[in-house]
Amino acid sequence: MSAQDRWIHTPPRKSATFDDAAIAEIRRAAATGIYDIRGAGAKRKLPHFDDLLFLGASISRYPLEGYREKCATDVVIGARFAKKPIHLKIPITIAGMSFGALSGPAKEALGRGASAVGTSTTTGDGGMTPEERGHSDLLVYQVLPSRYGMNPDDLRKADAIEVVVGQGAKPGGGGMLLGQKITERVAGMRRLPVGIDQRSACRHPDWTGPDDLEIKIQELREITDWNTPIYVKVGASRPYYDIALAVKSGADAIVLDGMQGGTAATQDVFIENVGLPTMCAIPPAVKALQDLGMHRKVQLIVSGGIRNGADVAKCLALGADAVAIGTAALIALGDNDPALEAEYQKLGTTAGAYDDWHEGRDPAGITTQDPVLAARLDPVVAGRKLANYLSVMTLEAQAIARACGKSHVHNLEPEDLVALTMESAAMARVPLAGTNWIPGSNI
Amino acid sequence: MPTVDLASSPLRELNSVLHQLTPSTNETHWTVTNPRGQHNIAVGLDFPAEIEIDGHVGYYCAGMNKQARVTVRGNAGQGVAENMMSGCVHVTGDASQAAGASGNGGLLVIDGNASARCGISMKGIDIVVKGSVGHLSAFMAQAGKLVVLGDAGEALGDSIYEAQLFVRGAVASLGADCIEKPLKDEHKIELKKLLDDAGVDGISPDEFKRYGSARKLYHFHIDNVGSY
Repeated sequence: MSAQDRWIHTPPRKSATFDDAAIAEIRRAAATGIYDIRGAGAKRKLPHFDDLLFLGASISRYPLEGYREKCATDVVIGARFAKKPIHLKIPITIAGMSFGALSGPAKEALGRGASAVGTSTTTGDGGMTPEERGHSDLLVYQVLPSRYGMNPDDLRKADAIEVVVGQGAKPGGGGMLLGQKITERVAGMRRLPVGIDQRSACRHPDWTGPDDLEIKIQELREITDWNTPIYVKVGASRPYYDIALAVKSGADAIVLDGMQGGTAATQDVFIENVGLPTMCAIPPAVKALQDLGMHRKVQLIVSGGIRNGADVAKCLALGADAVAIGTAALIALGDNDPALEAEYQKLGTTAGAYDDWHEGRDPAGITTQDPVLAARLDPVVAGRKLANYLSVMTLEAQAIARACGKSHVHNLEPEDLVALTMESAAMARVPLAGTNWIPGSNI
Repeated sequence: MPTVDLASSPLRELNSVLHQLTPSTNETHWTVTNPRGQHNIAVGLDFPAEIEIDGHVGYYCAGMNKQARVTVRGNAGQGVAENMMSGCVHVTGDASQAAGASGNGGLLVIDGNASARCGISMKGIDIVVKGSVGHLSAFMAQAGKLVVLGDAGEALGDSIYEAQLFVRGAVASLGADCIEKPLKDEHKIELKKLLDDAGVDGISPDEFKRYGSARKLYHFHIDNVGSY
């Protein structure tokens, strides 16, 4: 290149709009004619709990001794109407993930890990397996739009029932399992032909609105003789109104699943563009409960991108009663383990980025129905890892709560939080750090 | 024969006593009076009892039924016999939407008409409707048989899997991936048995047309995108 050319041509610069990922997706779409389907939930950076900080105690607040003074973590869920509410030792539960999306050993490991620390697991599309019931001391049975594997016997075996209306990764959408995961057993449970692509319905087949849902919930109560707590799970999109209507419909507890929640499989464009980030969904949900006089009476379980004890503590401080984890639990079991890097490379990806959970080729043996791959996961070892992880999250939340002077993690409150950015202050409805200003607030 | 009058006894009492029936009981034939359109009557039964309900019922009557034979002498609201596992539910009048939704087994007989989405997501239940059915009936139907002596509304069997549909009257339109199929001798035998079980006399299986899945949409392919 001559000196003159160097002045004519500007240095190469990639577009911020058409970045590498956008260009690669355009090329992929042009080559295949089909949108990308994947699992693993939203990947782009979203407003998150990292933008919030706790105000530890100094003079105006009195802290508790970290390793000596008790900070309780137990939570009772479902006491509004149910005769047998659930008692959890920790405020962290395992979110619904189906047998079918996950292998049998993975479901067993979830049950083992959760039971070891006194919390619950949740079934998922596909119904309840004997292994899952057998290894979960507390099991929540999901009533999903597809009604795959729906069985009144299993309903009565459940410790709680969760009516799934929406999922954070895809509010308003159904799911998809590719045919290679519809093995004989999975197909039998779902009453589908072996090997076909399974489409999960996006809406319930026999009710169409909140008035119907109220009657549906009463039916479930009648069938279980009013013993079993009924949860309603919604994807975070219009939290104030959805939570209010769930309360009106008679829910004992509500699961609010934010946009960072995972999914076994759905369209990438859906995962990344529909719903609300978890952090900003909590305040309107809590406001709805408070306006109805139901805060702490109808428990709020928050899920979607919860990673550590700080996230747990922040959810509780914003008004949640418990959290649920899905993707993080799979990672604790061994999903996307760098030790399997060579195999991820063969699949055209890398550890930490593997998201083709619907294809059934998971080297970790977790999101697969391949018996050879599934046998790689030792449910005892993986269950122990999950128990360790849940214990660490709980210890972390307790450490923060004690620093804020709380003898129970539920005593955390919005006053304990500040926000690092104006956006997070506005969304979480806590003051911008160093000020008493909450954007959009009249206070 | 015990009688429960829902004008004076709460629904909870009725369902509770029906749930507590055991094989040693002689009280296997129950009558329910004055249902007055109440919802969730006789749901979650798991005993081979005979339940006769004298009057109209609301939503989800006999929901998730197992083993029991429930007769509604009147009309039924939405979701009658939803997710039934076995047994029989008989409605002598009309049924509202989503009759037999996601049912896994057993027989649902409706002497009158059924509204929209009859047999939606059915998974093994057999349904005989002596009148007509509304739109989107047997939507995403996976297994079992829907028999309609009258007409069917629009988009019958949309996105159907392996359920079989038999319609005697006119079909307004077929849904995605639902096609007419030959009515072979083995289908006529199955159909005759269902008609007999439903108490239908004087109607030949030859009067029906059979519909089912074209199985073209079982695996997503971009060339079929116009079907969705």
